[in-house]
Amino acid sequence: MQINIILAGVGGQGILTIAAVIDHAALQSGLTVRQAEVHGMSQRGGAVQSHLRISDKEIFSDLIAEGTANLILSVEPLEALRYLPFLAPDGRVVTATDSFINMVGYPSMEQILDELHHTNHPVLVNAAELAREAGNIRTSNMVMLGAAAPFIGIAAETQEASIERLFQAKGADIIAMNIRAFRTGQAFSQLQATAT
Amino acid sequence: MKQLLLGAEAIALGALDGGISGVYAYPGTPSTEITEYIQKNRGDREQAVRSAWSTNEKTAYEAALGMSYAGKRSLVCMKHVGLNVAADAFINSAITGVNGGLVVAVADDPSMHSSQNEQDSRVYGKFAMLPVIEPASQQELYDAVRYAFDLSESLKLPVLLRLTTRLAHSRAGVEESATRPQNPLNAPYAPERFVLMPHNARRQYNNLLGMQGQLEEHSEQSWLNRLIPGTGTTGVLAFGIAFNYVMEVRQAFGLDYPVLKISHYPLPRKKIEALFSSCDTILVAEEGYPVYEELLRGYFGHNKIKGRLDGTLPRAGELNADSVARALGLAKPEVIPVPAIMVNRPPELCKGCGHRDLYEALNTVMSAHEQHHVFSDIGCYTLGALAPYNAIHTCVDMGASITMAKGAADAGLRPAVAVIGDSTFTHSGMTGLLDAINDRSPLTVIIADNDTTAMTGGQNSSANGSRLLDICRGLGIKEAHLKTIIPLKSHLAENIAVLREEIAWDGVSVVIAQRECIETAARKKRNPAAKA
Repeated sequence: MQINIILAGVGGQGILTIAAVIDHAALQSGLTVRQAEVHGMSQRGGAVQSHLRISDKEIFSDLIAEGTANLILSVEPLEALRYLPFLAPDGRVVTATDSFINMVGYPSMEQILDELHHTNHPVLVNAAELAREAGNIRTSNMVMLGAAAPFIGIAAETQEASIERLFQAKGADIIAMNIRAFRTGQAFSQLQATAT
Repeated sequence: MKQLLLGAEAIALGALDGGISGVYAYPGTPSTEITEYIQKNRGDREQAVRSAWSTNEKTAYEAALGMSYAGKRSLVCMKHVGLNVAADAFINSAITGVNGGLVVAVADDPSMHSSQNEQDSRVYGKFAMLPVIEPASQQELYDAVRYAFDLSESLKLPVLLRLTTRLAHSRAGVEESATRPQNPLNAPYAPERFVLMPHNARRQYNNLLGMQGQLEEHSEQSWLNRLIPGTGTTGVLAFGIAFNYVMEVRQAFGLDYPVLKISHYPLPRKKIEALFSSCDTILVAEEGYPVYEELLRGYFGHNKIKGRLDGTLPRAGELNADSVARALGLAKPEVIPVPAIMVNRPPELCKGCGHRDLYEALNTVMSAHEQHHVFSDIGCYTLGALAPYNAIHTCVDMGASITMAKGAADAGLRPAVAVIGDSTFTHSGMTGLLDAINDRSPLTVIIADNDTTAMTGGQNSSANGSRLLDICRGLGIKEAHLKTIIPLKSHLAENIAVLREEIAWDGVSVVIAQRECIETAARKKRNPAAKA
């Protein structure tokens, strides 16, 4: 078993929180993890990405090779497209549709959706809205993690336990809210997968 | 269970477990997290470990050497360009040698993710004629730091540990081994080693030259250098992290070429000769400069060798499994191209950042001048070079804003304006300001004091607030031309007036723009218990 995930977003959107949950869940499942992240200048509102690799064998490279990502998990729709050359032929894009516009020339949403629909059964998530429903817009990363959960190769319960651990210091309410967000994303994703 | 650690953190844990008494460092991507990890985790150690930030890499290095002189183990960390700043101390510490183990962890940044060049610190290792360790994985980093301290103490030489961005900023599970107690204080008088007057320096240098064979023998025996046997006529010589990409391709494509992994220098000659004698073609894969490819090719070339110098691998930038696969003749897979609608998303100053208000005021003032050059420096405020501000015109090395503005002023450029951060000012700006004052070079220095070293994640600065004013006074700035402004939108008119006046004045003036970094302020609010 080997899963290669590209996590994508804009500096400050918190993709490393998603990475931390998956990393820990993978370790708990007895798997090997490598997760390369971006620190430094790009964290100031630039395009950021993390290469996350999970395997039951030894992993050598911290970076994912082109055409071998099983999943692009993006918290911003344009950023999902930036890493398409990494996507495996049968790989899947799971992305939030909430755009983050902090530069000139940002394409229209129709153009972006059109490109996304060219990929293999994409899961397009109105993450901010779902997070609000779950209780707080700040849980949108956990909505996205939930939406990607079926494609990560780790049991959902293990991922939830990892969320619990991550938010432990913040108290039971925050944990419950994030678990709720995770499940909302998961349900949404399953619904979309059956629809397509 | 294994701990999930960044490569940088694996170094830190290895050093703590290996019995360091202190770490000395100035923040710099991708090395910052080594020291930060020690700062956060030193509390659970039985013996105290000092870990506060140093003013710059040179002061850090010299303090680490002093701790080693006193018999204790010390770690000093920096990014690659930081070693330029510390180079004087580094090169000469190879001549004096050390007492307690001294490991210099230097993180290079090939592809220049957050740097102004991609210099390869292994060249410095060769230059200083010291052992260099270049581990390939997070676990290897942990183990190798401990090994490097032992090696340093047994050879009585500093050991350079080189890593690159990708390993520093990638996480993997790391297994911890037993901790070792700190060394006792033990400071022998040894002026014959540590007083580098020519008569001592010559003898010490000869000793270092005489040790080179021994260093090579260590490499020959090192667990860090090993052959992965294989078949076929093509072999790979893989250095440091390049080993990972070579093995990734070998595994993914089911290939069986022999790979000699090198993570301990100087080169183990016998191991290399054995690989060369059994293969017709050798791919040399190095992360960074083709340092050893060039050496192995020799001036007249070596027809067996492929690598960065003949274009088999790209000459610049970091390696990856794709570039290594192409170098081994494997076809590029068909991939989905990046859509044509894609646009770049460059980094920017945060919304609400004080630098934005500073640049707005400065741009208004400078637009009235025919010559509106602004010399700047390294930090978040460097982002002022980008749209919409386009406010600065240079960024070269730490502190160069003030000294370049001084030189330009000496050449006759009016006005001459420098923008520098609080941390960069204390790192390397103060001495340049003293030059300008002594030489009466008309120039205005704007210190963007956001109370932190922001770009690297908000580390404490060596001086800010009123201490910066005191430093400027002490250097000789006259009270009438030492001004403070608050970069806020509501102060715009006032700030423009102050800047206009000081920039127009034909002497050395300093304007300090004081407002805390919004990121640091938010962090303090979220976590008031944590030390700033």
